[in-house]
Amino acid sequence: MIPAAFEYHTPGSIKEATALLARLGEDAKVLSGGQSLIPLMKLRLSSPRHVVDINGIEGLDGVREADGFLRIGALTRESDLEASDLVRTRYPLLYDTCKVIADPLVRNLATVGGNLAHADPANDHPATMLALGAEVIAVGTKGERKIPIGSFFTGPFATALSPDEILVEIRIPASTARSGGAYLKLERKVGDFATAAVAAHVVLSAGGTCDQVGIGLTNVGLTPIKATQAEAALKGKRPDAAAIKQASELAAAAAQPSDDLRGSAEYKKDLVRVLTARALRRAVERAEGRK
Amino acid sequence: MRIQLSVNGEKHEADVEPRLLLVHLLRENLRLTGTHIGCDTTHCGACTVLLEGRAVKSCTVFAVQANGKQLMTVEGLEQNGNLHPLQAGFMAEHGLQCGYCTPGMLMTSYAFLQKNPKPSEDDIRWAISGNLCRCTGYVNIVKAVQHAAAALAQGGK
Repeated sequence: MIPAAFEYHTPGSIKEATALLARLGEDAKVLSGGQSLIPLMKLRLSSPRHVVDINGIEGLDGVREADGFLRIGALTRESDLEASDLVRTRYPLLYDTCKVIADPLVRNLATVGGNLAHADPANDHPATMLALGAEVIAVGTKGERKIPIGSFFTGPFATALSPDEILVEIRIPASTARSGGAYLKLERKVGDFATAAVAAHVVLSAGGTCDQVGIGLTNVGLTPIKATQAEAALKGKRPDAAAIKQASELAAAAAQPSDDLRGSAEYKKDLVRVLTARALRRAVERAEGRK
Repeated sequence: MRIQLSVNGEKHEADVEPRLLLVHLLRENLRLTGTHIGCDTTHCGACTVLLEGRAVKSCTVFAVQANGKQLMTVEGLEQNGNLHPLQAGFMAEHGLQCGYCTPGMLMTSYAFLQKNPKPSEDDIRWAISGNLCRCTGYVNIVKAVQHAAAALAQGGK
């Protein structure tokens, strides 16, 4: 399969890239890892007239903790996230997620920034970032701005980024004591999108109640879903069986799946209930240091 | 667009359309037909090559993205008439039936053993989970990789 012809641009700086994007407008697509964009172009579901390859821009990759955040450069490859000791030891939810995205070869190129900016409701990082309360740093011709992840996904494959903006960094509140998370994904085989997946994040108080709760849902709606009612129901409570059951039922109610080859809507809703309960239990175990 | 790249240590130049896929550059322009096109949809891994040391699916990379980069294909494994221990392992353990997936399996395993020279069976299965074998010959593929890991540990190259 051969993509439609396009003009290829390789800006050397963010300034050059944003100026180019401002000039080209909707005719341009940003190329990062290319593991979603290139397949779409080969299927001619997307035929941009210009492709702006940002891989030559220095300083857009890497993972580090600074200023109270885990800061992930937009061009960080999923396999680098997977190989990071920092991520493995302190951010179990992120670690769970980057291990189940596509397959190891795709993860060698696929980027965290691309996984978010592509805004496919079937992608895995959106739910994770919703659960973790991340913020996205975007740079455009008018400068830099922070976008809370909760207002980043505006529709199917649509984000709050304007055509001249590039997602440059993702910031996640730094891991604290008694915090934990888990990502559970049911997929038919390695490399498939989720039938459904759930990201859960909790921070426990000294007394054992939930100070913070984050729950994100993958591939059960037109956009990634933050299960806010489920989060609110668990917040302030002890995460016992009854509270987790209630939260998981509310998460299932928040899911808006459709019937497809991966299963019926009814099945997927129930899957969200089961996965939410399991993810919350594992998140709590990890927060308590039991697992 | 004019691009320069190094493939298996040899420098190449080509004048390509930006939409040309890396796998087509390798097979059609450079005539390195060891790299196979399987599914052409980023699933099967038959087209796996190393780009700057990382195993990637060359059907999902534009040739222009490889400008100035180092590549390695299956043709780069054998040195001076000697098979690489992975190739020898695939022969010894019957790690191939029809052979279509083999170049991709070899390149993925090559990159993997460099990072993890003493893998468990689970590690190997995890590493090749992006490479499909339609003959379902995974048991012997895993044995072949173990064979190579053992040979490399004893000083094979």
